[in-house]
Amino acid sequence: MEIISIIKIILEEGAKYAILAMGVYLTYSILDFPDLSVDGTMPLGAIVSTVLILQGFNPWLSLIAAFVCGCAAGCITGLLHVKLHIRPLLCGILVFTGLLSLNLVLVKLGTGGQSIASIFGEKTIFTGDLAQLVPESAGGLMIRKLLMLVVLVIIVKLLIDAYLQTKSGMLLRATGANEQFVTTLAQNPGVSKILGLALGNGLAALSGAIIAQANETANTTMGTGMVVFGLSSVIIGLTLFGKIKFMKATTMVIFGTIIYKACLQIAVSLGLPSDYNKLLMVVLFIIALLVSGALNRKGGKKNA
Amino acid sequence: MLRLEKICKTFNAGTVDENVLFDNFDLTVDKGEFVSVIGSNGSGKTTMLNIICGSLEPDSGKIIVGGSDITKLSEHRRARKMGRVFQETKLGTCANLTILENMALADNKNKRYGLGSCINKKRIDYYRSLVEECGMGLENRMDTLVGSLSGGQRQALALVVANMTNLEILILDEHTAALDPKAAEVVMKLTDKFVTKRQLTTLMVTHNLRFAVEYGTRLIMMHEGKCIVDLKGEEKKNCNVDDLLRRFNEISIESGN
Repeated sequence: MEIISIIKIILEEGAKYAILAMGVYLTYSILDFPDLSVDGTMPLGAIVSTVLILQGFNPWLSLIAAFVCGCAAGCITGLLHVKLHIRPLLCGILVFTGLLSLNLVLVKLGTGGQSIASIFGEKTIFTGDLAQLVPESAGGLMIRKLLMLVVLVIIVKLLIDAYLQTKSGMLLRATGANEQFVTTLAQNPGVSKILGLALGNGLAALSGAIIAQANETANTTMGTGMVVFGLSSVIIGLTLFGKIKFMKATTMVIFGTIIYKACLQIAVSLGLPSDYNKLLMVVLFIIALLVSGALNRKGGKKNA
Repeated sequence: MLRLEKICKTFNAGTVDENVLFDNFDLTVDKGEFVSVIGSNGSGKTTMLNIICGSLEPDSGKIIVGGSDITKLSEHRRARKMGRVFQETKLGTCANLTILENMALADNKNKRYGLGSCINKKRIDYYRSLVEECGMGLENRMDTLVGSLSGGQRQALALVVANMTNLEILILDEHTAALDPKAAEVVMKLTDKFVTKRQLTTLMVTHNLRFAVEYGTRLIMMHEGKCIVDLKGEEKKNCNVDDLLRRFNEISIESGN
């Protein structure tokens, strides 16, 4: 029983963060842009969503609002890079730092001065009308949240897969690999980059909103370490499953997220105090990089 | 078709390394001309191409294509009517996409890159017929990632991809220089076939004197930002590698190289 509940927690955690990891996959792998703004856009989404729910908004609509706000923040990262020619890492740091303030202002406005937005007892996507259609428990295990998260992740994954097959999506893939090629196609690679960053951060914010609704709380610090987490998930996923031909990269990233969360959860179950969480995240990230470097050495692929 | 008027370009202006490359440089290329451009390193060949394509801005002067002034247009806007194949074989196509995906992307050039499906299944046979011209068997490898092709194959594909929409000008920037002699020969023959068949206005920079002599309808030798040899028609037909080589040596002695 113990094992089953641990597995349930791992899957739930994995599903919560998989959308964020897919966003990081878009910016880091497809666009080849190491985007640090995710640390700020993830809590932005969480705060926008919870604050709107506190104002009586429909929780589903609040997800869309969170996604849009994330896209807007991503656009700013992109504009800083494309228009002002600021280096990618610095663009991310600037937007992330700016969002620290903005998130705090938003959460204080929405809660009347508090720095944590609690939506305990409010209607969320996991307790609303649509959620009632999903079975609540099976074999004594509460599975409603998990099932809904899995469905959400699959929907987002399918949408990303479909998008990457469109003209716009294909151009995005070309932008990350060969900007000159995009230019010779008479397209502005800058526009493509901004679009990619908008999407990636939109997904990060959406993920933040879903996490906040699942945990029934949001605060400004919940984004700390999200870039490291997202990158690790992407690298683990693409390294472990990269050889499997029929598997889509988004699927690999989802599995990567679950494996990463499993490692964290196992460490916690073995008695590692939660203070060490972020340190453990970094260690796992470095291990993932080392393993991926060793596996890719033959293929000559690059590291982070 | 293409006119460069009074182009000036100075590198590192105002420093000890100041280098005046172009001082009122003029060049007119007629419609359908296939111009080979030769010249030593630093003679301004590649700078000229970069100025035409918009990757480099001239200090002054005008670039006119088909009667309209494009001097102020950005590189990607100019690309609507221009095709370009680079020396670097990685630049002309996208390594992480398949042959089919590369062609589908290029097929949509000058249209909107919206949310429609990129690959139109009805067009695949047409794409196959295009790469068939290369004679490299690429038509049977449409789902192969371009990154796994050889340099010659990539360059041949780059030529096809660059020619998928109607071009006013084709720019070839030492496009055979990175290839082994055999692949260079194949790609050069293919280039000639493409250009002649479509009557394309073409500028080809090359270090291969034999290619410059054998192919094309006009030959220009550049030196220190000027055209010092400009052969057309019969003159071009009658020139040979030895003459050019002699001329090359003369310049080198003059400039003390």
